[in-house]
Amino acid sequence: MGVDQSKIRNFCIIAHIDHGKSTLADRIIEMTGLLTSREMQDQVLDNMDIERERGITIKAQTVRTVYRSRSGEEYIFNLIDTPGHVDFNYEVSRSLAACEGALLIVDAAQGIEAQTLANVYMAIDHNLEIIPVINKIDLPSADPQRVIAEIEEVIGIEAHDAPQISAKLGVNIEEVLEQIIAKIPHPKGDPDAPLQALIFDSLYDSYKGVITFCRIMEGTVRKGTQIKLMSTGVVSEVVEIGTFGPGRFIPCDELSAGMVGYIIAGLKNVKDTRVGDTITDAKRPCAHPLPGYKKVLPMVYCGMYPADGAKYPDLRDALEKLQLNDAALQFEPETSAALGFGFRCGFLGLLHLEVVQERLEREFNLDLVTTAPSVIYRIHKTDGQVIELTNPTNMPDPSEIEYMEEPFVSAEIMVTTEYVGPIMTLCQERRGVYLGMEYMEERRAILRYELPLNEIIYDFFDALKSRSRGYASLDYEFKGYVMSNLVKLDILINREEVDALSFIVHADGAYERGRKMCEKLKEEIPRHLFEIPIQAAIGSKIIARETVKALRKDVLAKCYGGDITRKKKLLEKQKEGKKRMRQIGNVEIPQKAFMSVLKLDDQ
Amino acid sequence: MKNKGMNNANNNQRTWKKDLRLYVHVPFCVKKCDYCDFLSGPSDEEGIESYFEALYKEVGSYEGRTGDYKVSTVFIGGGTPSCVRSEYIARLLEELKRVFEFSSGDGSLEPEITIEANPGTVDKDKLADYRKAGINRLSFGLQSTHDRELRLLGRIHTYREFVENYRLARELGFGNINIDLMSALPGQELSSWEETLGRVTELGPEHISAYSLIIEEGTPFYERYGPEGKQKDELISEDLDRLIYKRTREILEKYGYIRYEISNYARPGYECRHNMAYWEGALYLGFGLGAASFIENTRFRNTDSLEEYIKAINYNDRSHKNIMSTNKPEHKNEGLLHDAYGIRRDIIQLSKKDLIEEFMFLGLRMTRGVDRLEFKKRFGVSMDEIYGNILNRLEKENLVITCGGKVRLTDYGIDVSNRILSEFLLDKC
Repeated sequence: MGVDQSKIRNFCIIAHIDHGKSTLADRIIEMTGLLTSREMQDQVLDNMDIERERGITIKAQTVRTVYRSRSGEEYIFNLIDTPGHVDFNYEVSRSLAACEGALLIVDAAQGIEAQTLANVYMAIDHNLEIIPVINKIDLPSADPQRVIAEIEEVIGIEAHDAPQISAKLGVNIEEVLEQIIAKIPHPKGDPDAPLQALIFDSLYDSYKGVITFCRIMEGTVRKGTQIKLMSTGVVSEVVEIGTFGPGRFIPCDELSAGMVGYIIAGLKNVKDTRVGDTITDAKRPCAHPLPGYKKVLPMVYCGMYPADGAKYPDLRDALEKLQLNDAALQFEPETSAALGFGFRCGFLGLLHLEVVQERLEREFNLDLVTTAPSVIYRIHKTDGQVIELTNPTNMPDPSEIEYMEEPFVSAEIMVTTEYVGPIMTLCQERRGVYLGMEYMEERRAILRYELPLNEIIYDFFDALKSRSRGYASLDYEFKGYVMSNLVKLDILINREEVDALSFIVHADGAYERGRKMCEKLKEEIPRHLFEIPIQAAIGSKIIARETVKALRKDVLAKCYGGDITRKKKLLEKQKEGKKRMRQIGNVEIPQKAFMSVLKLDDQ
Repeated sequence: MKNKGMNNANNNQRTWKKDLRLYVHVPFCVKKCDYCDFLSGPSDEEGIESYFEALYKEVGSYEGRTGDYKVSTVFIGGGTPSCVRSEYIARLLEELKRVFEFSSGDGSLEPEITIEANPGTVDKDKLADYRKAGINRLSFGLQSTHDRELRLLGRIHTYREFVENYRLARELGFGNINIDLMSALPGQELSSWEETLGRVTELGPEHISAYSLIIEEGTPFYERYGPEGKQKDELISEDLDRLIYKRTREILEKYGYIRYEISNYARPGYECRHNMAYWEGALYLGFGLGAASFIENTRFRNTDSLEEYIKAINYNDRSHKNIMSTNKPEHKNEGLLHDAYGIRRDIIQLSKKDLIEEFMFLGLRMTRGVDRLEFKKRFGVSMDEIYGNILNRLEKENLVITCGGKVRLTDYGIDVSNRILSEFLLDKC
């Protein structure tokens, strides 16, 4: 069953969040006849609830459809969906590597945004043919001509014949499909060469095990082939292969060079099938693995503890299950004097952290206490050792530290010109290093800053949005480690150090941060029958203090017949409230206090 | 031990009757005070009449089902029960006495029958009518002896009017009078409160209830002094509030009023027997709008919609003879639990766990605390078995004292009782 490579098109869709990527994908699927519009649920490719809520795609999913062109020929389209968030850059890059072309969607009203650029550069780097598509022309504020000019100027690709569409209303989609055929090159590769396939995604299924999503670059794979995963050396026999229908798998006999499909090979562990890795034939391996593979490293860490200590095994099981489909999620056990037994978890970024947290709470019904997210610091000790610190509590005594380094990112912030000032102030507040600024047109500018990662992992994005009335957009990537004057800020509640609240901050901001944290905690901690001092300390030096006054009178004066039921309900509520508290010594601290100390931006 | 009511030698099979209390709600007032969030308000004569007609029917619907009980206290509350014509009250008590057997509490005490009265709404005739009807206790809502404060609260009377009413009550033979007082008023100073206490103790009532003002949602006070209120800074400070609260006890006890419950003080022997029912877990039946009941381990209250109350009773009354329990055996078996007019709401059956919890968090409101033997008798298990650890801990923290078979809150424990009573709720088992 030889497949005509000239009739295959492998492409993906890249776009800024909300510019209509998923809607366009839906339309393409609709128009290529495999699903009727009645059968389609909105946004077919997003099949996780959380994704639907946030309106973004988190897990990449691929669809193969068949299109009959205007000239009557049948083409196979492999649409590879890509995650849209900056946290998942690596996964995006591997999806791009599986394609020959990319549809670049730009909102006809909003125009180019920071993330559009980031992804376009990546696509250009991968030598993809880029077809610009101008979407949302149905909006009253749509200005296609302006956007076309923007694309040509800023990105430098031809856009005068870019299809102008409305994915929502289904306008002009056919033009997009025709251009895919006309402009995107068909895949090449020798079906008889040694097998060389790129893993660009994987899925864990409890019956079938790991399902790898692959683009076959060279060679052919069939049922029964002994495959080898080149980065880990794992060998296994192919049990099933096939292609993707929307929402289901369609088995077939062989996949050959140029095709996109899935391989099931009796693999149990998603860690074995790493995104970016190369699959080859164990009996006849290819000479070199495909380039671009790298191990994904977490950027952001936090502590996760079960609110009820007895649920620790449940938390562990839940994390293990999540990890089956999320190779980027890392976790290992840790303990805290304040919170008991839990895990230190690593994530690609804050969004990744939030999604995992929500899934743990919702899908696995776990009540969690999450500590503040922190980054990995590098500590150069006086004895020459270099350690990577993920948990502030483990920081060695300052006398043993020669110097410390913290991770920096290079960030691009796109903002309308009237907010350039407030945004620059924000970046300066966050210890940003100004790299430069470009005006795109009179209205918009791109600011380039280098920023410490720990200054932007929590509420930087929110602050950006609020200071620019929602018009700013952000993209960043890891740049490297920079030496910094960092100190460990400890919080003492009722004179006891609460390890879960320890924080590593830059020395310059320590006083301010300590003060704000004490203030915040004073709001969060309810009054007790005794006075509670809240202190921030660096080493043995107290740098800030607040006090929660003792409660000396709290009585219900009247309690007669009709009041009793109401009083009982109040007492029950009080009792429930206590359950959401953590006992630290004599003080009961609400769970949310642990995270709330991070929401410190004033504006 | 309890050989009460056995007053005839004829009946060999005289069973011991259960003690029952009665509460009647009269939701009418001359005018609503600015701080009040009770079920009450002004009405015209017609409204009052139709309410009482319904009330009498509600009372009547229990006829024939009350044989197991003897009533030892009655409380007519509101609103301002004293603002309606005394004929209504007299007829009400007649109905109650007709349907229920009245008796004394312990030994030879006559039933305690209380009516709440507002100064300025009673006169000689009314008070005389009350005496005739059998009322032997008056509860005056005075709140303050300073006219300025009374105006602030939106009360309809002056201090002078109250004093006149009080003297009249004494003349007419009322030997058991309570006065309600309210502290923590906006702008109040310790001195004005102490003055109020001084004046009232001088008058010498048998009972004084001293409450702190609570700003309730939905009242004019909430708008004025609530979180969004323009005058919220006029509320007294936490320190003054505590001071007032402390001084209240000191002064009242100095004048011979013993605190027997968190807010209630009395000369020895003059504790309000009716209210004790709530904290001791005694049985009570409520009549009228929103009235609460606790019988057969079941709590419920009547609807608090006046319209619903009257409609339901009038509607069902058409088939009054059918639902009257005189002949229906199953209703007789249900005793007081049968809801003849369908006016009961929020019916909750209390489990043993519920009863144990209530025994503690209500009983501890009383100064004398709760009794270990009583606990064991009611629940068949010792208090320590259920609460041993908790009591130990609370005692260490000086919140509770256990001595001589009784467990009670310390003064400090009472001050912060809201915080610790939730300890007595048990985990679901």
